[in-house]
Amino acid sequence: MATHAAFMPGAKVEAPTFWGAVASWLTTVDHKRIGILYGSSAFIFFLIGGIEALIMRLQLARPDNNLVGAQTFNELFTMHGTTMVFLAIMPMSAAFFNYMIPLMIGARDVAFPRLNALSYWIFLSGGLFLHVSFLARAVPDGGWFGYANLTSAQFSPSHSIDFWMLGLQILGISSMLAGFNFLVTIINMRAPGMTLMRMPVFIWMSFVTQFLIVLAFPAITVALILLMFDRFFGTLFYSPAAGGDPLLWQHLFWIFGHPEVYILILPAMGIVSEVLPTFARKPLFGAPVVIYSGITIGFFGFGVWSHHMFSVGMGPVADAAFSITTMLIAVPTGVKILNWLCTLWGGSIRFEVPLYFSLGFIAMFTMGGLSGVMHASPPVDLQQTDTYFVVAHFHYVLFGGSIFGLFSGAYYWWPKITGKLLDERLGKVHFWLMMLGFNVTFFPQHYLGLIGMPRRIYTYAGDLGWNFWNLVSTIGAFTIAVSLLFFIYNVIKTTRSGRVASPDPWDGRTLEWSIPSPPPVYNFARVPHVQDRDDLWLQKYGDGHGGAPRPKAAPVTAAEIAAIHMPPSSFWPILLGLAMAMLISGLLISMYQVIVGGLLTLFFMYKFAMEYHRPADGPGH
Amino acid sequence: MADHAATHAVSHGVTHAVHDPNIGNTGLDHRKMGMWAFLGSDCMFFGSLIGTYLAYKGKSISGPTPHDVFDIPLTSYSAALLLASSLTMVLALAALRDNRVKVATGWLLATAAMGLHFVLNQVYEFWTFVHHHDLTLGTSLFGSTFFVLTGFHGAHVTGGVIWLLLLVSLAWRGQLDRRDYTKVEVAGLYWHFVDIVWIAIFTIIYLIP
Repeated sequence: MATHAAFMPGAKVEAPTFWGAVASWLTTVDHKRIGILYGSSAFIFFLIGGIEALIMRLQLARPDNNLVGAQTFNELFTMHGTTMVFLAIMPMSAAFFNYMIPLMIGARDVAFPRLNALSYWIFLSGGLFLHVSFLARAVPDGGWFGYANLTSAQFSPSHSIDFWMLGLQILGISSMLAGFNFLVTIINMRAPGMTLMRMPVFIWMSFVTQFLIVLAFPAITVALILLMFDRFFGTLFYSPAAGGDPLLWQHLFWIFGHPEVYILILPAMGIVSEVLPTFARKPLFGAPVVIYSGITIGFFGFGVWSHHMFSVGMGPVADAAFSITTMLIAVPTGVKILNWLCTLWGGSIRFEVPLYFSLGFIAMFTMGGLSGVMHASPPVDLQQTDTYFVVAHFHYVLFGGSIFGLFSGAYYWWPKITGKLLDERLGKVHFWLMMLGFNVTFFPQHYLGLIGMPRRIYTYAGDLGWNFWNLVSTIGAFTIAVSLLFFIYNVIKTTRSGRVASPDPWDGRTLEWSIPSPPPVYNFARVPHVQDRDDLWLQKYGDGHGGAPRPKAAPVTAAEIAAIHMPPSSFWPILLGLAMAMLISGLLISMYQVIVGGLLTLFFMYKFAMEYHRPADGPGH
Repeated sequence: MADHAATHAVSHGVTHAVHDPNIGNTGLDHRKMGMWAFLGSDCMFFGSLIGTYLAYKGKSISGPTPHDVFDIPLTSYSAALLLASSLTMVLALAALRDNRVKVATGWLLATAAMGLHFVLNQVYEFWTFVHHHDLTLGTSLFGSTFFVLTGFHGAHVTGGVIWLLLLVSLAWRGQLDRRDYTKVEVAGLYWHFVDIVWIAIFTIIYLIP
């Protein structure tokens, strides 16, 4: 294991060769590097999902178009939805969880660094596995929620649904492992003095998200297991001929699926709750109420799933109950929006790009919420379900909400992560083009839905009055694409010649701004003692009630740094991730691969577990 | 503040050798908390499977009914085995706490043996269902829900048996003693959970008519 020293994550002595550098990334257990891996993989998947959207918009740009056929169109919207939910927004949030949670709670790493690496490699395997379906010419085509019994072997005999079902299963394992890890990290690794109510709001929203992940994913795990048994082993779970009920899938899927919506939005809400106070130079208005609202949203998130199913005819009692809970859940969300606006009220606001995206988030998410709460009423929902109105609604919350929030976080934390500031002017161009393109794309879809255009149709006749707004929507989609080119250009330009970021470029409030940009491998030379939610602000400026700023601490000595022990790199996470991918993909290839993959999985699990078995002195996991 | 930082630096240097990286700032062990998080998640997993079984109860349109096939005395014996194995698991932990490694190893072996016996009983039960009652995965909704639910529980028990045997093999190689208490305790948490799930399954599926 002498080679391990050379692969120390982010060690000052970089591995000298190209392959050494590659190996150091493949075996890293450093939460910051894993965060960067998550973020860059997620961005690539985001671009792939975006290209799929552009092809769909081109197909719909004019009536009776024949750019792609019905089958390809089905594949495109299935992969677009699956990719954006599981391979773009979730892992982009995971990138911020990874990079920022330890920094913001004053920890040196997550609770289980190797498990963290394993989560990433399983995620990447799952994402690649889903996309292998393109090469195998069996692209999933059952929609992102894959309703039974369209997914049965009878109606989907090819491997397309197999790729989707196994890919989602792999991604679910990754998310749940990461969920256990972050739960323990947040509960157990907060710096001394950081009580729960002193945790930054981003940490709180991440915390609620992890609860949702570990409690909601098992439902889809079971739904997918039942589907797998139906397809591979002849069970009858979703078979109406044997008395089975396809609604079983819908219930299990949406018991997962609605909490999933909050899994996608809560991290972005957390980011906005950090960005607004920083750029308004004022504490988050009613921060405890924002936290309680987040908890309430997480709690109610498990009680609203059937509002996705009003049109299946559950009867008046179920419809009424889920209608009421759905209207209720709008209350804590509205509370948060009020709190964000009151944070800005009277602040000395600095208009910089992260704030632009946060403001965009508030405006767009509010619109998405307003169209969303309309669906809480079953009679209204019956009119709108399966139309472009719904497509417009969830893009306002997931793009206008999650993606704007995540870009806000990207611009905000970019200097911390890379040590370079992104260009403000290019960032503003990116924002305005994206804002414009987003609204041009999705606002007309409200109208298209109301005049009757259904979802998931690959073309339409020219005499329905849908032509003009579909063309507008397509133009908007390409405007979004152009705005992303500005972002990519910004990244390339500033990586080469950007301004070097100071440790605290935004005059921040939380602990991550108290350490260098980018942070050293051990994050904090000295573990901080926390006295407030905005601890760094108080250190710098006092509490605003006569309390003086805290005096500067003594410089860190070399001996202190030498005493810091960081876990070394490990090969086992990536090997275990690959073995699990081999096991699951074997189900589509051959039983031998399943057996070999299974044995390798057990072997690598054993090696993983035994790597630090009761060491004489050193980290154990 | 400066002297505070200095004491911290000193205390950090001093405590480094004895500080266990598995213990968090709450004083709780990461691994135990991680196991509790996993078990919470696993509750939802078995909850979904049991919910599916209940939703389909009595909805089969062909094949044998539960009470045509269940052998309650045999399954009661299995349940007793699993309950008893929770006791031996606790005894193993108690012995390990006192560093009586050989005794602890014996109790771990007993726990694994009862777990294995449970699994073999289940294999026998499945075999009789398939060969004497013509009940398979694809016979009816009852067959599908029953085999998948109890099969996943059996897989959990099997995983637990492998885990316990690994601990036993560590003990035989002299690599398990009082310092590994938490590792055995975490395995015990998992074992008790699998036991409790069986109590739920046994009651809901076998006993309630």
